[in-house]
Amino acid sequence: MIGLDDLSIDLGEFVLNSFSLLVDEGEFFMVVGPSGAGKTVLLEAIAGLRQPSDGKILVGGRDVTDLPPEKRNVALVYQDYALFPHLSVEENIRWGLRFVSGPDNRHVEGLVKLLRLEYLLERSPETLSGGEQQRVALARALAVKPSVVLLDEPISALDPRFREDLQDYLSRINREGMTIMMVTHDFNEVLSLGHRVAVIVGGFLQQVGDVKTVFREPANRLVADFVGMKNLFPSSVKGRKASLEGGLSLVLNGQKSCGECLIGIRPEDVMIGQDLVEGTENVFPGRVVSIIPRGMAFEVVFDIVGLRLTGRMLSSALVREDVHPGVECRVGFCPGAIHVFNEGH
Amino acid sequence: MDRKFRERWFMLLMGSFLVVYIIWPLAGMFFRADWGIVASTTRDKVVLGALWRSIWTAAAATGIIALFGTPLAYFLARQEFRGKSVLEAVIDVPIMVPHTVAGIAVLMTFSPKAPLGAMLVRIGLSPVNSHLAIILACMFVSIPFYVDAARDAFYGVSPRLENVSRTLGASFPHVFFRISLPLAKRGLVSGLIMSWARGVSEFGAIVIMAYHPMVAPTLIYDRFATFGLKFSTPIAVQLILVCLGMFVVLRVLVSGKRREVIGG
Repeated sequence: MIGLDDLSIDLGEFVLNSFSLLVDEGEFFMVVGPSGAGKTVLLEAIAGLRQPSDGKILVGGRDVTDLPPEKRNVALVYQDYALFPHLSVEENIRWGLRFVSGPDNRHVEGLVKLLRLEYLLERSPETLSGGEQQRVALARALAVKPSVVLLDEPISALDPRFREDLQDYLSRINREGMTIMMVTHDFNEVLSLGHRVAVIVGGFLQQVGDVKTVFREPANRLVADFVGMKNLFPSSVKGRKASLEGGLSLVLNGQKSCGECLIGIRPEDVMIGQDLVEGTENVFPGRVVSIIPRGMAFEVVFDIVGLRLTGRMLSSALVREDVHPGVECRVGFCPGAIHVFNEGH
Repeated sequence: MDRKFRERWFMLLMGSFLVVYIIWPLAGMFFRADWGIVASTTRDKVVLGALWRSIWTAAAATGIIALFGTPLAYFLARQEFRGKSVLEAVIDVPIMVPHTVAGIAVLMTFSPKAPLGAMLVRIGLSPVNSHLAIILACMFVSIPFYVDAARDAFYGVSPRLENVSRTLGASFPHVFFRISLPLAKRGLVSGLIMSWARGVSEFGAIVIMAYHPMVAPTLIYDRFATFGLKFSTPIAVQLILVCLGMFVVLRVLVSGKRREVIGG
């Protein structure tokens, strides 16, 4: 368990302001934010490597704010692995054991097996691939049986083919009861690994919640931008109806009321096709403005009565519906796909 | 010929001037030395005594510098603070000060008439014209060579390695001796060599603190002033041979260690 109580860290040019959050025992908790948001600094503060200017840090129910790092039982795995270059892989993994009373050799052997490091034990860290180094760093951190593990962007530096492997290892370690706090700038990782997530933007904790909620119902525009909710429109909402600029009127799932508020629609929720019937809820005639390749999928920008709506489609859908710039088509989304923000715009 | 080299040959051409400038005079000394006299000076007790004195006093000075300079270098590498650049400039001052001036400054501090010197005299030490005087002079001129090298060596050790060791349960002293020091070793040893070499080659500061007992550079100067070039060159040749020998041995030792680390 990790508890942050009104934690502030002031590093001069860079500040984290009054963070409060609680990570439960055995939880896989994600901290996400753009690069330079102070995610690493937050982990270093929890590990005791940085002095907070205010607030309290609890680990396993114990106030550790004034304890040195070696007394906190918090393991930290850096993005660049930070393996000791003058020691072998095995010496790296066993480094922390000398400080543990009654080191558990079977536990270490189990880790070596789980992370498939048996054949690397004699090697020097400098001769290992990124994925192998990452696994050694994980084994070294877990060998001392920490009460929580902090991971600093462990996946993004890896070759794509190693990423899924590492995600599997992390899930297994978490399922075996380890509390994990992991920072990343990639929301895809959050979706595949995390139970709950905290979003940091501009030195402030913007939102904490379970991953699906933050993904579908971001708290504000900053979080929406970050989780990829591209279609944000100012509107006035009354009952089940949202009126947008330009006269477009959308049907919502539930009753709501606000004079001036922001609504958002995820691009994945935008649908196209002949089978959409015009005149039914939230289906409109539109025109394709542009198609931009985005990895495995395409980002398609539609013009609906003067409004720009971004959708995300697979190439199979583009072929089936014969989508190319200039084409007229029907565009729609479910009422449940519309998120009404609580804050004004 | 490799294309990169064709692009760079002019740089080499310009640079070789300096390399020749170092090798030419030293080599010339070997060619023109009277090897008969060199052979006889290797049996001259005074010469051997001076050589040995140069070696061990410089080593003693370096030892003292390492004891106090290593913590200072670590602090400079890890801590940011106001006035850090001023402190670093102060450490480098001995490089700029003319060595005779350095000698006078150290003499004024440790002469028996000065409080510090008087204190040394009271506990039975002789701070002028003694081995201690030579060590004190060497220390002053050698400090920057060790501290700068050691600071850079510690810079080269990622603080993240130290951080990780702390989170694994190691206390600060443990991390310093088991992680920081071993990883900085190469740079530290090279600093020790530079500091020692500076001490062995020192003349100006030493001659003011202690004309006697004579170190090798003082003896060379003394023979030159008394008997001329012919009798000072053989000692110079010997001093160079001894220094180059030590230099090469230490370098090889350090690079051997490095291979060991990389080979794992």
